[in-house]
Amino acid sequence: MHRRPKQMLWIVAWLVAGGSALAQSNDLAPSLDVLRNVGREGAGNRQASAAWSQLMSYADADQLPTILAAMDEANPLAVNWLRAAVDAVAEKHVQNGGTLPTDALESFLEDKRHDPRARRLAYEWIARTDPSAPDRLIPQMLDDPSIELRRDAVARVIAEAEQAASDEQPAAALAAYRKALGAARDLDQVKLVAEALAKLDQPVDLNHHFGFVENWRLVGPFSNVGGIGFDTAYPPEKRVDFSAEYTGSDGPLRWIEHHTDDPAGHVDLNKALGKHMGAVAYAAVEFHSARRQPAELRLGSPNAIKIWLNGQLLATAQAYHANNVMDQYVGRGELVEGRNLILLKICQNEQTEDWAQDWKFQFRVCDALGKAILDVNRAPPNVARNKPNDKPATE
Amino acid sequence: MRQVKPLRNQRRSIVLALTALTIAWLATPSALADWPQFRGPQSNSVATGQQPPATWSESENIAWRADLPGRGPSSPIVVGDRVIVTSSSGVKQNRLHVLCFDADSGKQLWHRQFWATGRTLSHPSSANAAPTPASDGQLIFAFYSSNDLICLDLEGNLKWLRGLAYDFPHAGNDVGMSSSPIVIGNVVVAQVECQGDSFVTGVDKQTGEPLWRIERPHEASWASPVVAGGAKDQDAFVLLQSPSQLTAHDPVSGQLLWSYDESCDGISSSVSLDGVIYAASQGTTALRPKSGGPVDVLWNESRLKPGAASMLIADGRIYQINRAGVLSCAQATDGKILWRTRLEGEFWGTPILVGNRLYAISQDGKGQVVEISADGSEGKVIGTSQLEGTFQCSPAVADGALYVRSDNHLWKIAAP
Repeated sequence: MHRRPKQMLWIVAWLVAGGSALAQSNDLAPSLDVLRNVGREGAGNRQASAAWSQLMSYADADQLPTILAAMDEANPLAVNWLRAAVDAVAEKHVQNGGTLPTDALESFLEDKRHDPRARRLAYEWIARTDPSAPDRLIPQMLDDPSIELRRDAVARVIAEAEQAASDEQPAAALAAYRKALGAARDLDQVKLVAEALAKLDQPVDLNHHFGFVENWRLVGPFSNVGGIGFDTAYPPEKRVDFSAEYTGSDGPLRWIEHHTDDPAGHVDLNKALGKHMGAVAYAAVEFHSARRQPAELRLGSPNAIKIWLNGQLLATAQAYHANNVMDQYVGRGELVEGRNLILLKICQNEQTEDWAQDWKFQFRVCDALGKAILDVNRAPPNVARNKPNDKPATE
Repeated sequence: MRQVKPLRNQRRSIVLALTALTIAWLATPSALADWPQFRGPQSNSVATGQQPPATWSESENIAWRADLPGRGPSSPIVVGDRVIVTSSSGVKQNRLHVLCFDADSGKQLWHRQFWATGRTLSHPSSANAAPTPASDGQLIFAFYSSNDLICLDLEGNLKWLRGLAYDFPHAGNDVGMSSSPIVIGNVVVAQVECQGDSFVTGVDKQTGEPLWRIERPHEASWASPVVAGGAKDQDAFVLLQSPSQLTAHDPVSGQLLWSYDESCDGISSSVSLDGVIYAASQGTTALRPKSGGPVDVLWNESRLKPGAASMLIADGRIYQINRAGVLSCAQATDGKILWRTRLEGEFWGTPILVGNRLYAISQDGKGQVVEISADGSEGKVIGTSQLEGTFQCSPAVADGALYVRSDNHLWKIAAP
């Protein structure tokens, strides 16, 4: 069986990190292996606890890159064991007046093959002891795979743009805002930049920017009385046939085409299909991908949901009216080149409170960092709908 | 042949041994675990001993103030000479912090961070660090809305961790979860009640390994488990509160002991004292468990309806703040309301009682100290104070000091 490249990377890093600490690195390996092998439901905790204590007894600051590298391809629980080890070793070293191996940590940071969170952690320890680190390192992180490093870099560019605007240099401000918009992945930063660009008479089509799908085929309602619909596989789940006629809870049903102009890409099913309680709706879209690629299918909804990609169930959530935010649910899958069929199931329950009447969703396809993957046939941005006085896209 | 010591020497040895044991006991953190969990050692929000000052400000009666790296409705706990607090940070609230401060100086002793393994969304008014950590005096059990359960010792050494939503991926509530864990014997009890994977689990406090897990109603609950029952450990049981029921369980096995199937508050937790359970149910309902059978309902008072804050009980009286900020005092024997007084502000944190003073901190940082008359017939606000920030914690109290935290800071309020 072949090891994956990142797994090899941490082993190589373990061998080379620290230079003269090679022998010591070898000593860390058994403990790190134990920490990497923790699993679900407490599996491996006993061994990990002993290994962690052992690690604390002999690991020194020069070996921080080795521990950081062990995070590559580790499961989330193991990553936390390792992170705690990094923090404990570094904290103790600094409290005792020691200096951290910043050159080795910077080398680790610069190697983007490492786990993004491990790289961010390396940066934070560098910055703790080197006040020049943010100015030296962050400006190069505008396209970083670490969402937190990228965010810091974007924040600096936004600050530059704001300064330029304040200095009445609109061209420089515009260029900086554009640069920030291209790199930003967090909603708050994108909104801030879009609002600033709108004030500079350069509105942004945020639906296009985020990749919210606007054109759907919808069918419903099927019954969800008593919550039965969530686990009931109605005909669209078995086969999507846009010409088919189904028997719904209120009579015969056919797919209808629906376009949303909502500034945040929401599809309001109460408007599209009529107000129903205890109801199931399906939404489908043929999504054309330029190439085969991994993708995240992200859905926001106050209703219970399911997400399928090309017949494969990627995500489910049986929760009603417990928040409704952008990217609330994430299904991870792979788009094929050309046509892909995306199917959503949106279930409304029978709560009577005013705040429980919404039956809606917002959906997009993006990469792992949140950059939109657009249907190759999607129309170009429509900036006219995001003039300065328009409500910008929000959750 | 064993040599028999003279009686006098034996006595001296016994005295020396007892002295050594006493010193050792006093030196152990458990002996100094002053405020080890949500609502204090008895989960009734009552402390004895020296009273904290009645007023404070940034320039008055503040022993120290420490910065916090993130937000959190969670409350500080005090274990010996250490104050422990959790917070969460990051755009997605996915960074989990556990911080330990020296109680005397406010110096940060250590800081551990973790990444959430479960869902981190919450209502804007809450945060991932909503549950209050618990301690048995030697270990700290930090819990988060993302259902990450982390055990550290008092030096910040990681002992074990669990991702309960990593184990059960549909465990979570995007409004946020806030149930605080408890420690009973060798078991840490974590309540994870939501519309998805809804359960309560008891885990081995030394290893984090699961001892039991019981299914719970698929409905959101923000209430915290309570240790109830007799004074002896073997008589203790765990109370679990859901919107549709209050149940009692054996802490070792999780086995259901009895169930009270009436609607309960989804946020405000119940209290147990001297064999009576004061349930946040249909207002307030006093219950007395019977061995081998259902509970007896002693009384119900629908006008004693708690807000988000939980009730507290001491000296035969119940104190409770409702959603309108009205503090009520009622007789514990029959629920008769003795008096009411309106406090200023909205309260998420549960007030505490130290002697005859009740300390309440509103969400906007207004501290109000109510003095209870000797016969309990009257409550009067004797001090009003203001700190800046958002406060959702319940205060911790130890050695005449009050510990409160906002989204940004942790304060020790104490007379100089």
